[in-house]
Amino acid sequence: MKRTLEGIEEQFEMLQILNENGEVVNEEALPDLSDEELKELMHRMVYTRILDQRSIALNRQGRLGFYAPTAGQEASQLGTHFALEKEDFILPGYRDVPQLIWHGLPLYQAFLFSRGHFHGNQFPEGVNALSPQIIIGAQYTQAAGVALGMKRRGKKSVAITYTGDGGTSEGDFYEGMNFAAVYDAPAIFVVQNNHFAISVPREKQTKAKTLAQKAVAVGIPGIQVDGMDVLAVYAATKQARERAINGEGPTLIETLTYRYGPHTMAGDDPTRYRTEEMDTEWERQDPLVRFRKYLEAKGLWSEEEENKVIDQAKEEIKAAIKDADNYPKMKVSDLINNMYEVLPSNLEEQLEVYKEKESK
Amino acid sequence: MAQMTMIQAITDALRTELKNDENVMVFGEDVGKNGGVFRATEGLQAEFGEDRVFDTPLAESAIGGMAVGLAIEGFRPVPEIQFFGFVYEVMDAISGQLARLRYRSGGTQSAPVTIRAPFGGGVHTPELHADSLEGLMAQQPGLKVVIPSNPYDAKGLLISAIRDNDPVIYLEHMKLYRSFREEVPEEEYTVELGKAAVKREGTDVTLIAYGAMVQASLKAAEELEKNNVSAEVIDLRTVSPIDLDTVLASVKKTGRVVVVQEAQRQAGIAAHLISEIQERAILHLEAPVMRVAAPDTVFAFSQAEEVWLPNHNDIVEKANEVINF
Ligand SMILES: Cc1ncc(C[n+]2csc(CCOP(=O)(O)OP(=O)(O)O)c2C)c(N)n1
Ligand SMILES: [Mg+2]
Repeated sequence: MKRTLEGIEEQFEMLQILNENGEVVNEEALPDLSDEELKELMHRMVYTRILDQRSIALNRQGRLGFYAPTAGQEASQLGTHFALEKEDFILPGYRDVPQLIWHGLPLYQAFLFSRGHFHGNQFPEGVNALSPQIIIGAQYTQAAGVALGMKRRGKKSVAITYTGDGGTSEGDFYEGMNFAAVYDAPAIFVVQNNHFAISVPREKQTKAKTLAQKAVAVGIPGIQVDGMDVLAVYAATKQARERAINGEGPTLIETLTYRYGPHTMAGDDPTRYRTEEMDTEWERQDPLVRFRKYLEAKGLWSEEEENKVIDQAKEEIKAAIKDADNYPKMKVSDLINNMYEVLPSNLEEQLEVYKEKESK
Repeated sequence: MAQMTMIQAITDALRTELKNDENVMVFGEDVGKNGGVFRATEGLQAEFGEDRVFDTPLAESAIGGMAVGLAIEGFRPVPEIQFFGFVYEVMDAISGQLARLRYRSGGTQSAPVTIRAPFGGGVHTPELHADSLEGLMAQQPGLKVVIPSNPYDAKGLLISAIRDNDPVIYLEHMKLYRSFREEVPEEEYTVELGKAAVKREGTDVTLIAYGAMVQASLKAAEELEKNNVSAEVIDLRTVSPIDLDTVLASVKKTGRVVVVQEAQRQAGIAAHLISEIQERAILHLEAPVMRVAAPDTVFAFSQAEEVWLPNHNDIVEKANEVINF
């Protein structure tokens, strides 16, 4: 055996099905989706883009609170989600609100989450998900647990969790994948590599050539996918899901993508750390443009259809904001009541104090 | 003298020490090119280079661990934890390692690390950004815990913290970052760690606070004044170790005390301080020492922050209770 310290050049090929002109470049990998499903996927991406634009505008008007923009990442977010079933469980990061909405979270609750109202986290029965995780990496270890639990209960479902390129540096990232791998738990670990962790570029996050190759260290498959190509993202996730429910264990999926907007709406200024050329280069690869071209060539999509989605989105967003406005304001006494199943005496006493305060 | 906000005073202190001591290193998430998410390290990378002011990968545990290692190698690291709510990620590096280095090595090694982090309510952050976790830090022997309430102290305390040969947790209340300016000398100066400040002299009641609650207490003192109540206000500045001399001198003068903290009531700095007061000065007290604190829930979801956070009205009310006891 050759004994050198030259190291291993792990190069992962990127999976792409549609190129930026919407042409199929990989027939073999083309997923088996009906025309209706293809249109539904486009519907969701268009809707989500509008939701992002409206959310940013509402935030600027002071009508929304915490918000992490999603434009540019639609294919990564909705392509992974489209491969899931209702019974699958989502453990999202703070930017992954769209997946929650398409998993059944009512829009007005997403707005309440943004406004810092706990009702935004009171998910309706049947919406199998946690609220967006703020602590980067925590969801990765929890996903191992949800997945192992599903396996022990003999369920045919998976746990899917999301983080970003920055998130792959946290210890929890490895620990979560390693645990899931050791138990062959049905988990899908998604890294949306949008190339920046706030201001820190991907190259400063790790010396590894890809983030997908981090799967090697825990002995599971890792795949790098064109995250602006919704069909590639869907195909990879679909396959990961099949492996998972067949008892073959977890998969790591890295999607190469970009966030067009600021990190969050709380004062981030991307011009401090990104160039205009970089922005334009990524916008040229836009997931909606690409998929629209593909569908139009198949005669499945038109401007008229797109406008219908846009109008529907705007109307539903307007109604949801109204519902959020009309929802009863949150009180400190509500917070106290949610601390334990049975209130301890100190909190009973404090509950009275705040009820009194809040009745004035 | 220049007019500075607290965040500018902090940048100024970092610049001063980066200039003074080539062993000082500043690092953390987004502190380099971006100058920190609050711009506390604005311009420092450009001025001192990437070897001394740099971005780390996104991992608090390694930020803390690397600081310990650099300290062992003779450096004086000043890492930033982007928001103090993320301290749970780095608890072992802080409490399990950093705080114990001198003790574990029988005094042969030390860890002159200053960990800076923003915290504090009133700015509507998402979960785990605003929590007051100074009590958690104060429970760990081996650490000093510093919380400035104004720009002048912020600079002097940070310089002292960096020069201190023991680890210091230096917590910056977000609400204070840009809420007001004051005269801050451009030259270097220090404010001694472990020393409280009497912010306002009074004779009827002592209000003891730190961080953003100092401003609230001063406002309360003004309100009380209108009813001819003379309140003394003490800013602890360092919450571990606490300057009992200054506290007890005031207690003996007024005989009535309210301790104010933004943190939840359970356990915490106020509870500790009150035990010290009653153990040492019970015969000087005219009334029980009272607390103003947040309720015992997790930090409020942002929509209820204003009601959840203690304010000057709560302090006035408590002060009157103590006075009318
Ligand atoms: C444990 C932890 N550390 C730091 C932060 C602060 N923070 C929020 S987002 C972020 C960058 C995350 O980058 P990435 O993982 O690439 O995800 P992206 O925001 O790009 O989607 C940081 C440092 C946090 N929320 N949690
Ligand atoms: Mg990122």
